[in-house]
Amino acid sequence: MSNFTPLSSFAGGTLIGVAAALLLVGNGRIAGVSGIVAGLLRRPVGDTTWRALFVAGLLAGGLVLQLTRPSAIGPSVVGFPLLVVAGLLVGFGTQLGSGCTSGHGVCGIGRLSPRSMVATATFMLAGAATTYVLRHLLGGGS
Amino acid sequence: MKSVVAFVSGLLFALGLGIGGMTKPEKVVAFLDVAGDWDPSLAFVMGGALLVYFVVQRVALARPQPLFDRTFHVPNRRDIDARLVVGSLLFGAGWGLGGYCPGPALVSLASGRASVGVFVAAMLAGMWIFQHWNARRVSGRSVMTRRGRRGACAPCVGVFLVLTSKRRRPVGAHAAQRGS
Repeated sequence: MSNFTPLSSFAGGTLIGVAAALLLVGNGRIAGVSGIVAGLLRRPVGDTTWRALFVAGLLAGGLVLQLTRPSAIGPSVVGFPLLVVAGLLVGFGTQLGSGCTSGHGVCGIGRLSPRSMVATATFMLAGAATTYVLRHLLGGGS
Repeated sequence: MKSVVAFVSGLLFALGLGIGGMTKPEKVVAFLDVAGDWDPSLAFVMGGALLVYFVVQRVALARPQPLFDRTFHVPNRRDIDARLVVGSLLFGAGWGLGGYCPGPALVSLASGRASVGVFVAAMLAGMWIFQHWNARRVSGRSVMTRRGRRGACAPCVGVFLVLTSKRRRPVGAHAAQRGS
């Protein structure tokens, strides 16, 4: 349990909660990042302004982090080939499963949606299983 | 005003992810590595977010409409179908593999590292592939039923199996591969 950061993690979490709540109270939208981004790729186009601005906010927030506490953005833990596979899986999987960590894990569970609870349990288990296989069975990483 | 809300929400969301530790793939993997040197910090990110969101959404959804739109755009499906489970399995596998979920990956682009750019490009490609695959299915086979055809995702599972046969290597490690 090295690097355990319950306080800053909780603080960051509440900020995420505030951000997602703001989008719901103001615009009536779910702050699901994968869904918001995928809506920008969809054709015919429509409904793109708020999506583009949310993504712009994410990117701007990244810049703020990079300028104020660059250590907050860590380096990748795997090489390019695995990152490509991981990206394809995340992109395809979040669309097939209708959401990711933010949409299901925060907004969905926050609304006590049974679909989101099943989805979150499933991707957490799949993530843990993948990590177990990579780190402990195949011996890569730590 | 909707635009301002969207931008500010994205900005706060990104700061929360960064402060919470979600933009460190190493920390994400340490959270998922329950059998190793487990770091449960990221459960606190989710706990904090849920605490706020749960309360606010109850108040918000009790109102007839949001502040700057005529209606709430909230999903109301409650059925658990194969797509939900298989999609979440694939997403979880990719999350565990790379240590990035969509939000933190986009936020991390600001670091200027090529690696996260590669991940985001692949993620967008994955979304695009889904949309084409899905559109083909919808137009090709009469009206699609809610329950996706079993085995439709076999290629993805295949990809997953192939990739799990590879091993995790730190970026920039030029050392000769160690035997497992």
